[in-house]
Amino acid sequence: MLKFILKRILISVPVLIGVALVLFVLLNVVPGDPVTLMMGEHIKPNLIAMFRERMHLDDPVLIRFGRYILNALRGDFGVSYKDQREVSDLIAMAFPHTVKLTFYAVLVSWMIGIPSGIAAAVKQNTFIDRAFMGFSLMGVSLPVFWAGLLAQYVFAYKLAWLPTTGYYSFRYYIMPSVVLGWSSAGTVARLTRSNLLESLRNDFIRTARAKGLSESAVVVGHALKNALIPVVTVMALQVANLLGGAVMTESVFGIPGLGRIAVKAIADRDMPMLQGTVLFTTAIVIAGNLAADIVYAFLDPRISVEAG
Amino acid sequence: MADFENAAAEVLYDESVSKSLRDMLRKNKTSAVSLVIVVLIMIAAAAAPLYLKYNPNKHSLKERFAAPSAAHWLGCDDLGRDQLTRLVYGARISILIGIIPTSFSMIIGTFLGLLSGYFGGRTDFWIMRAADIVLAFPSLLLAMVVSYTLGGGIMSIFAALSTVSWAGTARVIRAQTMSLKEHEFVEAARSVGVGDLVIMFRHILPNCLPNLIVLFTLNIPAAILNESALSFLGVGAAPPSASWGLMVYRYKTYLLSYPWLAIAPGVAILVFVLAFNFLGDGVRDALDPYMKD
Repeated sequence: MLKFILKRILISVPVLIGVALVLFVLLNVVPGDPVTLMMGEHIKPNLIAMFRERMHLDDPVLIRFGRYILNALRGDFGVSYKDQREVSDLIAMAFPHTVKLTFYAVLVSWMIGIPSGIAAAVKQNTFIDRAFMGFSLMGVSLPVFWAGLLAQYVFAYKLAWLPTTGYYSFRYYIMPSVVLGWSSAGTVARLTRSNLLESLRNDFIRTARAKGLSESAVVVGHALKNALIPVVTVMALQVANLLGGAVMTESVFGIPGLGRIAVKAIADRDMPMLQGTVLFTTAIVIAGNLAADIVYAFLDPRISVEAG
Repeated sequence: MADFENAAAEVLYDESVSKSLRDMLRKNKTSAVSLVIVVLIMIAAAAAPLYLKYNPNKHSLKERFAAPSAAHWLGCDDLGRDQLTRLVYGARISILIGIIPTSFSMIIGTFLGLLSGYFGGRTDFWIMRAADIVLAFPSLLLAMVVSYTLGGGIMSIFAALSTVSWAGTARVIRAQTMSLKEHEFVEAARSVGVGDLVIMFRHILPNCLPNLIVLFTLNIPAAILNESALSFLGVGAAPPSASWGLMVYRYKTYLLSYPWLAIAPGVAILVFVLAFNFLGDGVRDALDPYMKD
């Protein structure tokens, strides 16, 4: 087990460095001089030279990459071109909002996805199966930003039940988390359904039925327990989707999270800001996947044996 | 010799692919209806100039924000352009964006997956590490960065969407190749001296077809959703070639006073993507042996 965990951690490190490298290359070939972008078109050449020097822009590429990796490891993502503030400070301010939104969205996707998957599996190939799966698939097919706008129009403007945008209390998070959670409920439902169907075909299920247990006791007590292990661990993979979806949800609902600052960084052509935000978000996703693998290995010891 | 080579190149489940698909469409009504919807939308978009009487880019001050009526079924936008016409022309962009980058990324992914699975070793290691890196990014963020680098516009959307989606295909095809290359027909081909490239493309690739069909039908809606998201965030296609996502983005300002403007393109995305997803689900159930019940 320990060997498996160490191996998984060791695999993650080069992936993370690769991610940093890809970002560095993509963001450093962008045309346009950062100093000019930062200060506007008409500045004196000697000022440009001074700032290029201060920002170490004229160092060889390899040195710049090395510095960027070492600084990132210490949590230093540079200074925003636009706001002249530490990128890490801005990320630290935004991150809790995204965590909150993602957490609520995960809850919503479970509340929709798991019961839908169970209902669909128990009533396989009936109208109920199709209705529940259809509802979940609809969430996957819904453009998140548009669902957000529609929700604002109906629930905030027409019915006035909920506030439109903001992040001041739980009420503000209801619409964004439902919209975002619904978008990944389909994955949860599909997985619950197929795992439960597979689990229901086991011999111990036949035994449980044979000894006269009610169908609900068989499903809930025996089959579901096995079926939900992969569902719960797939959550980590879902976090990647949710963080992507959060970019749009945050933009629509005015929540100042990571997605919002990434979008703002693109609009401002603020390279360090964009680089820092994307690197940080991706690192979170990698850490999440790692955690999921390890949890899964604990729940299902066959995994660590097979993967050696 | 030539005969022998052809016999060896047999396709393991050739007849069953089209037969499974036909059976699936006969039994699974949701998928059949979805297929009809998808085809109808494509025909409607392709034949647009034949039946639409308005020009999608013609401004008309008099008809700014005209409400839906007999003349303009979905009203007019802030510049007095007929919304229905724009929606149909937007379908062209959205469908192109669904198909072109998806095909492109699948060609790359298939090629790399074949190389990786067939040769194994160091080739496999580097290709799969590259795939790991791409898959580690939340795809929307990576697509945002790529189109930021390339400066926006439809070409950079194509590049961005291809960049984020080749890796999934590569993984699936690699796994398939690894299991296929152990089969006797590959062994037989190799023993009579068929070259590696010929084995990869003539003997192994045709047997990956079911996987490729499943991936293709499921990747198209994903690409359309991703493009609409990029457009909505302002890093997408440039006007006046308005895709559906861009239309929502443009008209969201008028959501409270003229809601139909932003709602209609969203409904279009939803219907098209939903139909594709239902179709893809059916195709997967029919072709993926692990999902069959």
